[in-house]
Amino acid sequence: MTPFTTLAGIAAPLPLVNVDTDMIIPKQYLKTIERTGLGRGLFDEMRYREDGAENPDFVLNRPAYRKAEILVAGDNFGCGSSREHAPWALLDFGIRCVIAPSFADIFYNNCFKNGILPIALPQDQVDLLMDDAERGANATLTVDLEAQTIQGPDGGTIPFEIDPWRRHCLLNGLDDIGLTLEKADRIDAFEKEAAQARPWV
Amino acid sequence: MTGPNAPKTLYDKIWDAHLAHEAEDGTALLYIDRHLVHEVTSPQAFEGLRMAGRSVRRPDQTIAVPDHNVPTTPGREDAGRVPEDSRAQLAALDRNAREFGVHYYPVTDVRQGIVHIVGPEQGWTLPGMTVVCGDSHTATHGAFGALAHGIGTSEVEHVLATQTLIQKKSRNMKVEITGRLRPGVTAKDVTLTVIGRTGTAGGTGYVIEYCGEAIEALSMEGRMTVCNMAIEGGARAGLIAPDEKTFEYCKGRPHAPKGAQWDAAVAWWRTLKSDPGARWDKVVTIRGEDIAPVVTWGTSPEDVLPIDAAVPSPDQFEGGKVGAARRSLDYMGLTPGTPLKDIAIDTVFIGSCTNGRIEDLRAAAEILRGRRVKDGLRAMVVPGSGLVRAQAEEEGLAAVFRDAGFEWRLAGCSMCLAMNPDQLAPGERCAATSNRNFEGRQGRGGRTHLMSPAMAAAAAVTGRLTDVRELSRSPEPAE
Repeated sequence: MTPFTTLAGIAAPLPLVNVDTDMIIPKQYLKTIERTGLGRGLFDEMRYREDGAENPDFVLNRPAYRKAEILVAGDNFGCGSSREHAPWALLDFGIRCVIAPSFADIFYNNCFKNGILPIALPQDQVDLLMDDAERGANATLTVDLEAQTIQGPDGGTIPFEIDPWRRHCLLNGLDDIGLTLEKADRIDAFEKEAAQARPWV
Repeated sequence: MTGPNAPKTLYDKIWDAHLAHEAEDGTALLYIDRHLVHEVTSPQAFEGLRMAGRSVRRPDQTIAVPDHNVPTTPGREDAGRVPEDSRAQLAALDRNAREFGVHYYPVTDVRQGIVHIVGPEQGWTLPGMTVVCGDSHTATHGAFGALAHGIGTSEVEHVLATQTLIQKKSRNMKVEITGRLRPGVTAKDVTLTVIGRTGTAGGTGYVIEYCGEAIEALSMEGRMTVCNMAIEGGARAGLIAPDEKTFEYCKGRPHAPKGAQWDAAVAWWRTLKSDPGARWDKVVTIRGEDIAPVVTWGTSPEDVLPIDAAVPSPDQFEGGKVGAARRSLDYMGLTPGTPLKDIAIDTVFIGSCTNGRIEDLRAAAEILRGRRVKDGLRAMVVPGSGLVRAQAEEEGLAAVFRDAGFEWRLAGCSMCLAMNPDQLAPGERCAATSNRNFEGRQGRGGRTHLMSPAMAAAAAVTGRLTDVRELSRSPEPAE
């Protein structure tokens, strides 16, 4: 996994609540057996018209936001299905950070497995960043995971909270499976005990 | 009170029984008893194992079944008749299941079906277990008092390789449904009403335990419907304490314990209930008598109203929900103030992991017996598994559906998520027993109204959203 340290990039505003994973990447793109190449389908139904042409009004199609690396969105971002295709699509498009008042649990978790930083902030602070994002390419945000801050285009700084372990893994690009396998003896021991306690499993 | 003798919730007890390791910051390795796998969220996980030279730690506890992509029409065993874009995932599951030696129910097996219906049916899902699947509706298995999480593909790979899941403990939420449900009100109405009350993010960060007289009175099928939609309320898992009904359902299933092991299992299962005085971080109480047959009007499962209500106006909402309601109404093609019962539909879909079990088909058939689907309407019923289908045929339900004008399909996820040929066309309006009414969920531009199987059957007869009580044959008992 690519480590996440600092990111200075254009932030795209998506002021919708309950952005669900069907919206982020609809089902026709889920048929792949690869992790890559899903950026084309990101926000498909909002991004493209029925004939397949780009919808020029959608934020990521507007010239200022075509290279956005940060998304600022409404409450309960990523609700719905467990599809990891949602963070894969964001990443493939180039988005490595999503800022919202809250996230759905499974999506939130899936982000960390893919080097994407989801940041939950109080609504009033998201509103400020949404205003910044509305200013387009002239308004980059700088996200510093080490310092746990977001710096706005006018120099103001917003601190954010994040689980220390998840921060550590993201900063170092650590692979979960490798880390867990270091505890294989604990799993072996547990498995033996469980086989005694609940032999019917 | 804390410490080992402190009162515990059911969630606390299952958690404690599966804790393989806990770091100082509370990050835990939760041991997983059963891992269910389907073709959409697993190919990248198996590929990851292969690339790293890793194997599946417990193939004996891993169960694979294709469901999302499979067509539900005859002839699907022939790969040539499966749409080309679906073949790669189905072929990958087939290859991975055989190569890694996991339990496998291909489409040629009568036991094939939707993964969340197959698990309980085969006795893989048992009380007190931890169950995971790369699918958010894994919450379904919580109906047995099993801690069942939906997980992402990276986590699928992690469980395949280590049989554990990295987790931080969620908070405890109790949803109590007191009293009795009124005639015509089903488990689906209960679970949708709860989501309407708490919102789609109300359960975020929690594991929900559903309890109360109305929950205890539900069949196992009904309890699965309730837990299935815990995720639509934001909770990663929903639970119901196991009881005699649960044990009765599990007994004799192919993978349930037998003999002395059965007795030992039941003895432990009986301890699986929240202790009096257990600490709840959030409590929601709803009177069973206050729940009506409901339908959704918008594009979020929280957009739910009793069938005798009218389409709401965006100005009835607050904050970000004002814009969301406006967008929903526009997408759904609805005008505020329209009685829900005046909304005409084009299609009826009965099926899914929410409502594709035998009891659901019985409830729908009960309404349809001797009646016909309204002219011009498309109606299909998709049993949740090959065994549900066989049982429905044996009970004569299939004939009722066919005589009424329903298509009688083969088992799969079908139109719940439209990854297979069963899809809505743009603007097509569907009465559906599935779990999500998101934009495009059942097909681009498709309009979904969620409801119970009996309500969907009633809508099929009248051609509009309908109060099932108006078609009900059993007289309502006096108060």
